[in-house]
Amino acid sequence: MATAAVTGPIQSRPKKLVKFWRDGDQIAHLVTLIFAASVFLVTVFLVYELWIHSGPSRAKFGFSFLTGKTWDPVAEQFGALPFIYGTVLTSLLALLISVPLGVGAAIFLAELAPPKLSNVCTFLVELLAAVPSVILGLLAIFTLVPMLRQYGEPFLKRTLGFLPLFQGPAYGVGYLAAGLILAIMTFPFIISISREALLAVPREQREAALALGATKWESTWKVVVPYARLGILGSIFLALARALGETMAVTMVIGNDTGIHTSLLSPGYTIAAIIANEFTEATSDVYLSALVELGLVLFALTMVLNAVAQLLIAATTGKGSTQA
Amino acid sequence: MTRRNIVNGIMLTITGICTVVTVSVLFLILGYLAVNGWRSLDFNFFTKLPLSPGETGGGVANAIVGSGVLILIAAAIGIPVGFLGAIYLAEFGGKTVPMLIRYTADLLNGVPSIVIGIFAWTVIVVPMHHFSAWAGGFALSLMMIPIGLRATEQFLRSVPTSLREASLALGASKTRTVISVVVPAAKQGILTGMILGVARVAGETAPLLFTSLNNQYWANKLGEPTASLPVMIYKLAISPYDDWHRQAWAAGLVLLVLVLIANIASRWVLSRGASAHRG
Repeated sequence: MATAAVTGPIQSRPKKLVKFWRDGDQIAHLVTLIFAASVFLVTVFLVYELWIHSGPSRAKFGFSFLTGKTWDPVAEQFGALPFIYGTVLTSLLALLISVPLGVGAAIFLAELAPPKLSNVCTFLVELLAAVPSVILGLLAIFTLVPMLRQYGEPFLKRTLGFLPLFQGPAYGVGYLAAGLILAIMTFPFIISISREALLAVPREQREAALALGATKWESTWKVVVPYARLGILGSIFLALARALGETMAVTMVIGNDTGIHTSLLSPGYTIAAIIANEFTEATSDVYLSALVELGLVLFALTMVLNAVAQLLIAATTGKGSTQA
Repeated sequence: MTRRNIVNGIMLTITGICTVVTVSVLFLILGYLAVNGWRSLDFNFFTKLPLSPGETGGGVANAIVGSGVLILIAAAIGIPVGFLGAIYLAEFGGKTVPMLIRYTADLLNGVPSIVIGIFAWTVIVVPMHHFSAWAGGFALSLMMIPIGLRATEQFLRSVPTSLREASLALGASKTRTVISVVVPAAKQGILTGMILGVARVAGETAPLLFTSLNNQYWANKLGEPTASLPVMIYKLAISPYDDWHRQAWAAGLVLLVLVLIANIASRWVLSRGASAHRG
């Protein structure tokens, strides 16, 4: 502060102006700031637009929109619950499969595999994350759905049919198919981020455990994994956020049924899927704004999860770097 | 063998199996798509327009060109914003403003693609009263910006401070330093970020469903509904016609190969950059 007070008056105003124009630093600063700020502004504008365009629906239904069970475009009655239910159910189903699989693979890649093999496998898994979702949907329609209809779902009904989760006719399409395809779409995230978190655990932690006589598995499971748990948890939240917002593959296999069903074999609907299917068909203002409001709900859900995920991931990598 | 050693062996094997399962999913997808898609690919596929159901033959030439147009529009918006924005974040920004922008970029990156589609619809389709390539390209650019921005910033930051100081010490202005020293030093990384951005949006379907819509014919203007490969695959796949399914497989194969090539290319550019630095 003191030096600024001393040096400030020495440079005269015209000289400053000359320097200003010659270097162009201020101009470059301003131009790049405008581009950077546009990212901020466009995001704010996005929220604003969703809010404005969902106005008619918010005015008509209020909070009952979130708890309403009917979706009847003819009577203009719109409730979001079946879609929120379907979205959450399919995403949790996906995590049920992708978390053990993803964390297991991440442990193998971070702790056991030789670095070369680990890098190749991670690269392949990241390529899997790059496969467009419409292509997974295409494969699911022609392979997964017929297989579920013929073998998978009849098998589940024979063995676990006493549970309400596995009852009703085997259509192939439905919550289960959507959950399975979402599992494939989410485990690449879990693997690559969990692996990073595990690799950030200091070597001394492992060595200390091994020196105390722990087996490789004990050192991994009781020392390394707990150390990296926030990062792993972060990867799971991130995967959940992805699963909630995933549109195409789910739209192609969810079965498009606006009811709420306990059975995983039943067709259902997700928020993203109904927007994708009905947005261009929406005829009235209220109908359209109800769909936009669904988009707003989806936006809010994923934003919260993403924020939590970022915090958790930042917490582990930060912790790892200060102690390493 | 004690119990602990047995548990050790079993659990380690299980993690290995997890890895094999996850990696083999990729090969299953590739293999299945290659077998089905390859059978359906022919010359017509790349040169003809889609035919009405019942007629055999035809192709998706308009969708291939349409995808190209959409990606060009997206890149024309997304690359400058990502690149210049990142220069601000890494070189000019202080602390608070870049943090805010970085945070919103992450936020934007996490917005579900279908919601991006709604946004592009409200700001472009509604005022123009038309589904158009503009709206589709704008929607895709919004998905490209956060990737390009964060990747570019990261690579700019990895340029050693000593390089900047050397340039400043020679009397170069800050702008000159950025243009002549920092950006060239990070160019491989920046290129990688841009390719990854393009690869991400090339396969996106949801933001296009109600922005660029679809078109069975050639779009003559950018203000018209425009066909694109992902939307075409979706429409063909959910149709009840066998011949359209055949086309969907072929289109799926073409799209996947393009996306994978872009991803591998970005890796290759990056690794070449890394070895050039070491050498």
